[in-house]
Amino acid sequence: MSKESNKSINKKKSSLLFINKEREPLFSKKNRVLLTDPLDDNNPITVQVLGICSALAITVQLEPAVVMSLSVVAVMGASNVIVSLLRNLIPNRIRIIVQLVVVASMVVLVDQILKAYAYDVYKELSIFIGLIITNCIVMGRLEAFALGNNVWRSFLDGIGNAAGYGLILIVVAFFRELFGSGKLYGFQVIPESVYDLGYENNGLMLLSPMALIIVGIYIWFQRSKNRKLIEKN
Amino acid sequence: MKFLRRKLDDLRYPFRKGGKWEKFAPAINAFDTFLFVPNHTTHKGSHIRDSVDLKRTMSTVIIALLPALIYGIYNSGYQYYSQLDTPFTFLDAFIHGSWKILPMVFVSYFVGLTIEFIFAVYRGHEVNEGYLVTGLLIPMIMPIDIPLWMVAISVAFSVVIAKEAFGGTGMNILNPALTARAFAFFAYPTYMSGNKVWVSEASNVDAISGETILGSLAAGEEIKYSVAEMFYGSIPGSIAETSVLYILVGAVILIFTGVGSWRIMLSGILGASLVGYLFNLWGANPLMSFSWINHLLVGGFAFGIVFMATDPVTATQTNKGKWIYGFLIGVFCILIRVFNPAYPEGVFLAILLMNVFAPTIDHYIIESNIKRRRKRWNQNLPKII
Repeated sequence: MSKESNKSINKKKSSLLFINKEREPLFSKKNRVLLTDPLDDNNPITVQVLGICSALAITVQLEPAVVMSLSVVAVMGASNVIVSLLRNLIPNRIRIIVQLVVVASMVVLVDQILKAYAYDVYKELSIFIGLIITNCIVMGRLEAFALGNNVWRSFLDGIGNAAGYGLILIVVAFFRELFGSGKLYGFQVIPESVYDLGYENNGLMLLSPMALIIVGIYIWFQRSKNRKLIEKN
Repeated sequence: MKFLRRKLDDLRYPFRKGGKWEKFAPAINAFDTFLFVPNHTTHKGSHIRDSVDLKRTMSTVIIALLPALIYGIYNSGYQYYSQLDTPFTFLDAFIHGSWKILPMVFVSYFVGLTIEFIFAVYRGHEVNEGYLVTGLLIPMIMPIDIPLWMVAISVAFSVVIAKEAFGGTGMNILNPALTARAFAFFAYPTYMSGNKVWVSEASNVDAISGETILGSLAAGEEIKYSVAEMFYGSIPGSIAETSVLYILVGAVILIFTGVGSWRIMLSGILGASLVGYLFNLWGANPLMSFSWINHLLVGGFAFGIVFMATDPVTATQTNKGKWIYGFLIGVFCILIRVFNPAYPEGVFLAILLMNVFAPTIDHYIIESNIKRRRKRWNQNLPKII
């Protein structure tokens, strides 16, 4: 018993002294959790309730929602990496400003790329791309994670959280486009014959309250399936 | 009676504890308590058990609703035949209305009770009587020509989102019947508003104008109905909201049995009259100069303030709060009517808005009461000692 504990202390000491000696594999279990956790257990929208604003605004159709999710993935991945690289150089007092500058430059980059290569979607998303800067999820991950972790882990965390955000966006947009305009990704899904029978598109789906209600229903299902999220009073 | 009891007991057998269909016991229990008074007895301590339980409260409301419903059935037939200028008898009008309205009532009860039953089995509690009233109210506040599947979807939405998500009967924040109407209103606006939906077949037959009084006021047209017609209810509108006379009969039943609060009704009428009167003085457009007495008679105001605003679950609980709550409903109703031409009828939005504020009103009234009593106690303290 004592031998074993001695061993473990030795191990700890050695790992403390030579951090770089024992390299973790790139996708170790600890790192994989960074990717998968935000998808369900710690989803930025449904569990932390951040970034709700854009989830209401751009989920009327699938296409802008997908583009928005990809943009957020790009912005979060890149800015998490940059801030993580700078984490030992940034003076604590001005860290928010530095983070904002990093995020803003990434957003401008994405903005210009979209303008060049996907102008139609760019027009539809308009200010919401610019408003990624103010998305609480981006700043939150920089503050909470990238400032205290190495580059690879920060990158995974950024991608994971952006994917969790994108997942909700796409689910909400799927239902809103399907029932609101009978289309999916711009293609007519509900056939004309159904309309002839008297079916009507649901106008409420096009209004933003329905996005909140769909997010609410998602949270309801998620909490009834995932036992970890059940609150103890 | 004994025969029925015996039959029911036979029917119950597979649903007993440990029986084959134990899981579905809420179904037979709901049926049982609907037919017979449940023989609950109190086991511990002394309690007074009043016979006014949820079931009796709900049945009272249904009885109060019936005059308005029956008149609504007649009126929808009357509007149809009189606008077509064909001779008709009372029975013709009544049959025409029943043909349109009874399927809606059936769909509403069927969908709503099915969902309630699924939740009851899933959560392991009994089916509540709360839906009996909601299920009747929903068709009563819909336009006559709305397709049945829209009624079904609105009912499903309101029962699941407005009621079961919050914990079922007695826990809801918003009135489920009004939530159903709000859902239908925003989801299918062409079927819920405009000048083609308020008289049956108005969208198919050109000779029929389905315009309501408020609708024609908002459009700046002349009204061709007299005040007596507005009061008696032979005007176009949602199914059962038109007749102030029969709604008053319902109001008397509610007030007399103590089920509905007269404070909410009275203060609502006061609020609406006051704002209506102020707008009369201003008089900048036809809706503003529409006499305040007529404002009380047309549209869904009377129906809403008597049957919807007094819902004991979603209204304020304190007596002082009821005055404020009702008054603000009246005020907002007329405000929405006059200032928003897109919504000629504002009463359901006004009630939903005040439903949201009801807990806040109660909170401040209770807080101020506590503060007042504490102050009084502090003042009296030296004298006692």
